[in-house]
Parts: sequence; C-alpha cells; structure tokens
Amino acid sequence: MGDVFPQLAAISPDDAHGARYLLLAVMGVVAVGFAVAPLLLSALVAPRKPSEIKQSPFECGLESKGDAWVQFRVQYYLYALAFVIFDVEVVFIYPWAAAFTNLSTGALVAMGVFVLLLAEGLAYLWIKGVLSWK
Amino acid sequence: MIDWINNAIAGLSAQEQFALFGLLKILVAVFAIVLPLVAYSVVAERRISAWIQDRVGPNRVGIPFTNVRVWGLGQPLADGVKVLLKEDFTPAHVRTAYFWLAPMVAMVPALLTLAVIPFGSVLGAQPMVMADLNVGILYTFGITSLSVYGIVLAGYASNSKYPLLGGIRASAQMISYEIAMGLSVIPVFLLVGDLNLGQVIAYQAGGAWLVFKQPLAFAIFLIAAFAETNRLPFDMAESESELVGGYHTEYSSMKFALFFLGEYAAMVAVSAMMVVLFFGGWTLPVAGLNQPATSLGVGVLQIAVFLAKVIVLMAVFIWVRWMLPRFRYDQLMQLGWKRLVPLALANIVATAAVLFWQSTKS
Repeated sequence: MGDVFPQLAAISPDDAHGARYLLLAVMGVVAVGFAVAPLLLSALVAPRKPSEIKQSPFECGLESKGDAWVQFRVQYYLYALAFVIFDVEVVFIYPWAAAFTNLSTGALVAMGVFVLLLAEGLAYLWIKGVLSWK
Repeated sequence: MIDWINNAIAGLSAQEQFALFGLLKILVAVFAIVLPLVAYSVVAERRISAWIQDRVGPNRVGIPFTNVRVWGLGQPLADGVKVLLKEDFTPAHVRTAYFWLAPMVAMVPALLTLAVIPFGSVLGAQPMVMADLNVGILYTFGITSLSVYGIVLAGYASNSKYPLLGGIRASAQMISYEIAMGLSVIPVFLLVGDLNLGQVIAYQAGGAWLVFKQPLAFAIFLIAAFAETNRLPFDMAESESELVGGYHTEYSSMKFALFFLGEYAAMVAVSAMMVVLFFGGWTLPVAGLNQPATSLGVGVLQIAVFLAKVIVLMAVFIWVRWMLPRFRYDQLMQLGWKRLVPLALANIVATAAVLFWQSTKS
C-alpha cells in the first residue's frame, strides 16, 4: 500500500512490542462482546412463556428423579491427572525446540532424558491399564 | 479521497496510527472475515451434506423482500433472525449463572485464537496479524485449552443426565487430544527455530511447505483437530444417537446458537492454524507471492490466498463429517493415548536426531 498511501509506510510496527499485548486485550473485549451481545439482544426481543413441563429436565418420556450430579467413572479423572502431567511438560519442550539450532550436545542429551521420562510415564500408565477403557 | 486519507494519517503520531490500525484490523477481521466465514460454513455444511446424501439442501432463501434466490445464500440471515426470536427459557433445575456463562465461554476462545494468526503479509507497513506475539504458538495452545470449559460448564450446569455425560466425555477427550496436538507440532518448531507464527510462514516461503517435510506431524495434528473441535468421527460430546444433544441438550434459542457458532469458529481457528503451520500461510510458490507484498493489490491477493486455503480445509472438515461413522469412546481414547502420543514423541526424537546429525556433518 506504500505506493498509494506513503504515510502508511512511515511507521514501523516494531516500535510497539508491548502494545501488541494491549491489542490482545482489545481483541478479548471484542470477542466477549461478540458472545454477550447476541444473548442480551435475544433476552430483549425473544418471547417468554415458561411452563412447568418446559422447565423440567430433558428425559425420553419418563419423569426424571433427583439431580444429575452423581458420581461418575474414576477413569475420566485419571485421564485428567495424566493430562496435567503431560501438558505441563509439553510446554517445557517448546522453548527447547525453538532454540534447538544453536544448542550444544549437552542440551540435546538433557532433552532426550526429559522426553524419555515422559515416555516412561506414558509406559507406566499403559502397563497400569489406566489408558485402556474398561 | 486518497490525498485526504494521507493527510489525515499524517496528522497522527506513530502511537495513534498503531492504535488506529490495530483496532481497524481487529474489527475488520472479526466482522468482515470471521463472521461471514462462520455463517457460510454452516450453509456449506448443509449443502455439502445434502449433496453427499443425494438431497437438495437449503436452496430457497435469497435476498430478503425479493424473489431472488441466489442458491440459498440468504440462509444465515434467516437462521439468525429465527434464533433471535425463539423463546429463550432457562430450565428451572439448572445452575443459572454457569448455565448462562457456558455458551459465552464456548464462543470466546475460538475468536481469541485468531488474534495471533498472520492472515496476510503486509498492507503498507501494517503486518496483517492482529497481535504479532513472539510466543504465538504458546498463546494459541493456552487459549485452545480454555475451550473445554464451555462444554464442561454446560454439562455440569444443566443438571440433566445427557448433558452431564456429554460434558465429562468431552472433557476427557479434549484434554487427551490436546497433548497429542501439542506434541505433534514440536518438530515444526525444531525446524523453524522460532515460536512466532510469522516466522513459521517465512520459513516455509524459503522452501517446501511443512506438510511435505513433516507429514506425520500434520497427520497427528489433523486427527487431533477433529477431536478438539468435537467433529465427527470424534463428536462424543454430542453423539446425538446416544445422548440426544449431548452438552447442549437443555439449551435453546440464542444460547444454543452460540454453541453452534462456537463450534464453527473453532473449526475456522484450527483450519487457520493448520494453514499457518503446514500449508505456508499466505504464501504461494508462484508469481512472487512468496515475498511480503510491496503493493496494495498483492497484499490483498495474499489475504485471499490465505482465506482460500482455510476454506479448502474447512471443506475437508465437512466432507469427513459426512463420510465417516462415529468412533466408540474406548477406541477414541486408545487412538489418542496409545497411538498418537507415542508417535508424536517418536517424531520429536527422530526430527531432533536428524537435525543434530545434519549439524554435526556440516
């Protein structure tokens, strides 16, 4: 666009590195507005005719009894535990990957050990049977 | 007109220009690109599914108050008005605050992910990315993790058995595939050597696209993307033949529409991610499109190239949905933990070893 709008080419975006995070915050506000505005609008214009049947929990013909907040399989919880361990470690690998080309052999070996520990954790879960859905 | 704009811009300081164009980019990208893309991907889904199943699909709605049909392209407008005017009731048995919060939480992360995606090279001196973070990929994965909250909250707040089952299934599924997804792209960053998404594109502009250099990483990422967006063959969260509607069974009207649009926005976001990471972003190895634009026309063309690639990937998402049956839950978890995670780990080690061997050789 520099050929048509010379003034646009005059600023360098590198001046404002910290301000990029500010733009992120603006984007956050726009995104929240994008989600909240339709709900508000609908609350204003949509009709409201509540009735007892309509407001009861969905069920295929039967009347539901009690709350749905019941105990569920522990396996879901085990997956969540495994996730916490793995996800945090994955984040540690990213900076290493980005810096890889300039790193020494020691860094390669260290990360090899780290990935091995990760694989060992996976193997442990596998042998313990956590990963197979029973 | 052009003189007038130039003079107006010249009157602003660098900070003011940055603020002005930053805001302009966000508003234009969200309302002129993402919104139509999401709205029309719903129509595309219905038309393509109809085509695959040898039906006609929605082809009636055209321009309002006229008889012009334009192949049913007025459909999103009609759907929007309908959804807005439907009764929006809150069932009596729910946790009201969470019940209202869930659809918003489902929508917001998908849009936030798009903030760091470079959707074009430059227009003038303005880089075509909303916020050019040097930790782009970490931000993306951080925000993507949040999308599970919308579904879990919906499942919990509804206080009804089908949403609860859908919600806990989805949470276990999404966190499992997030690990596979996070591990699968590490080889990409081993090659690129920078976490900034713009640098990933610059790297691909200088050689082959990363889908050719890292086909395994792409395959794992693609499969994980289907699971992360809860699309068939991994739509355990909804699985309408078992769980009625899954996590959004108790939702109606605009709250349901937000879940629905959030799913498509997430598809747009993950397609855009794939385009950036594996398909060269806004570049095309013909006619000098690999270089950042020097003129207005080329800049716009590169945005069009990016959007075209995103649309092709969206079409793949839709196509797969109507071609494959749903996995069983145990198969899904097995595939995630016992196949994709070990494969992704092996891919990291192999890529690092090859790169190290190449560096010692030279």
